[in-house]
Amino acid sequence: MDNLENEIRDTNKGMTSIVKTIVRYVMGIIVIFGAYIVLYGHLTPGGGFAGGVILASAYVILTLAFGRELALGKMSNTAASVLDNLGALAFIVIGILGFTAGAFFLNFLAKGEQFRLFSAGIIPLCNIAIGIKVTASLFAIFIALSIFGRFIYQMTDVEESGGEE
Amino acid sequence: MQGYYPLFTAIPLAAAFFNLLVCKLNQKIADYIAFIVTAVLAVMAVKMVFLAPFVYKVGNWDPPFGILLVSDGLSSLMLVVINVISFLAVIFSFKYMTTYTAKPKYYSLFMLMIAGMNGVVITGDMFNLYVFLEIASIASYALVGFGTGKRELEASFKYLILGGVASTAVLFGIAFLYSMSGTLNMPDLAAQLEVTTSPRALAFVIALFIMGFGLKASAVPFHAWLPDAHPSAPAPISAMLSGVLIKALGMYTIMRIMFNVIGRNTLVSTLIMFLGALSMVVAGLLALGQTDFKRMLAYSSISQMGYVLIGLGLAFNPEVDVLIASLALIGALFHLVNHAVFKSLLFLCSGAIEYRTGTRQLDKLGGLIKKMPLTGLTCSIGSFSIAGVPPFNGFWSKLIIILALLRAGYWIYGSIAVVVGFITLLYFIKLQRKAIFGAVPPALAKVREAPFAMVLPLVILAALCLVMGLAYQVVEDHLLVAAKDILLDKTAFMNLLTGG
Repeated sequence: MDNLENEIRDTNKGMTSIVKTIVRYVMGIIVIFGAYIVLYGHLTPGGGFAGGVILASAYVILTLAFGRELALGKMSNTAASVLDNLGALAFIVIGILGFTAGAFFLNFLAKGEQFRLFSAGIIPLCNIAIGIKVTASLFAIFIALSIFGRFIYQMTDVEESGGEE
Repeated sequence: MQGYYPLFTAIPLAAAFFNLLVCKLNQKIADYIAFIVTAVLAVMAVKMVFLAPFVYKVGNWDPPFGILLVSDGLSSLMLVVINVISFLAVIFSFKYMTTYTAKPKYYSLFMLMIAGMNGVVITGDMFNLYVFLEIASIASYALVGFGTGKRELEASFKYLILGGVASTAVLFGIAFLYSMSGTLNMPDLAAQLEVTTSPRALAFVIALFIMGFGLKASAVPFHAWLPDAHPSAPAPISAMLSGVLIKALGMYTIMRIMFNVIGRNTLVSTLIMFLGALSMVVAGLLALGQTDFKRMLAYSSISQMGYVLIGLGLAFNPEVDVLIASLALIGALFHLVNHAVFKSLLFLCSGAIEYRTGTRQLDKLGGLIKKMPLTGLTCSIGSFSIAGVPPFNGFWSKLIIILALLRAGYWIYGSIAVVVGFITLLYFIKLQRKAIFGAVPPALAKVREAPFAMVLPLVILAALCLVMGLAYQVVEDHLLVAAKDILLDKTAFMNLLTGG
């Protein structure tokens, strides 16, 4: 992946080198922060949705700065769609597994000690499932819009040039 | 069975996402998944009818704090309607949807819509109701635009905007209720509202709900989206939207919240009856002038929903005698079920005709009874039922509603209902004469009967029209009375919390 990154950084795709350099520095921080919000969802404000939005925004920044090819190299649209469905499915399966202990969405795992990372039973698992789902689906929506946007530009270009002839 | 009540939403939700994963490997499997899921749901729904009312605590959280699912006569009735019709619509889709691309996506949206509607019907929590309402609505916006043609997208966008406004009004109303009472649990809320100290806020909430749910149910001042949206969708989806969605998201929610949570009220009763009469007359007259098969059916849906609303409105009046209120409510509920059967039958017929002839303009059709005997026959049965010709089911429900109106002394509304019944007969005779009978246009000389997978649901629905008309008493005893009882008895609904 590094080769691809270098290749794209050297070409004229995406924004200026100032933006690209800054994005390279903040990228890791954004991803870590997003993961933190997802994983600590049961202890601090935030959770699967908020963390997922932050993670998805990391991909969006990547797309804006380096162009769509690099971002799709990190997560292709097929992968986004699969992760999207897997996240949602995992969430429902966690809910249905509650039946094994007696009720839908029953918290059937050990609760552990309060205020520790590994505590609260199924809630962190639900947060992770939602986090995956939100990351993947927001990124997929962004990619879909950007592909669709270029498609429309091409269509209007064709129409305009056709009118000139 | 009681313990598995949440599966009514969990199964279709899981199926929707599983479907999209599996379709990457094999496209054909989507048909089987949809068939099995809807068949299982239909069987489960029929079984629910024979259970006594109960409440289900999601995650074993005790009532005012956790989410509550409620099963009683009304929700069993709606579950049967939703799941049986969706099963038949899925069978119809096997062949019909081959004319569209992306069949797995269609089934996934379909499953999401079923999950949303089942969720609205089984939930006993106000905010949960809003969430499921949105799931079903958003899936239906996408399904209306599924053809991605110019008209479809325009209709879908219009539906999206108006539906969004309605959802906002509903959410606003729920927020008001929460700020007034501090609870979202329906039985608990019902008890809190008995002793409310802010009647003006409650009046505002009722206004918001009548606007929001009235738009979902397409009562007349809020009906503008329906004549575009319902004809634009693929035929099985039109059948689902007109047959089930407007009832689950509109009528059911109005009934449940107005009768069980807020309580009966004379002023609101007058308002609902007026909206019902307006819907009946305006949409009935507009339907007369239509030349598009599906558009005429869409207007007719609004008009028939007027009958349900007027019956509900009459029963909602606390000053009306209990016997007459029961009669009106039974008529309204029966008409709701009947409309689900014959309107989905008619929309599926229009789909079968469009599949074979390629048009739904009434002027270009004709003589189809000779070319497509089964489709033509079932279409005629559906038209007779909706027009209220005995012995089909529509006759009884309209008769009961009109009798209740007259017994309560509403002579004007009663005569309006009779006249609109006549108008309905008029435009369905027009439809029959132009599409089913008469001479066959030369362009349609080579038309054949629709494929088996499309004819089978038509025949089942047509048989239901006849059976429910002849065996009216059975339907009333097993389905309608229990639903009526819970609606008229707010205390029984509040006691579900402690008794269940």
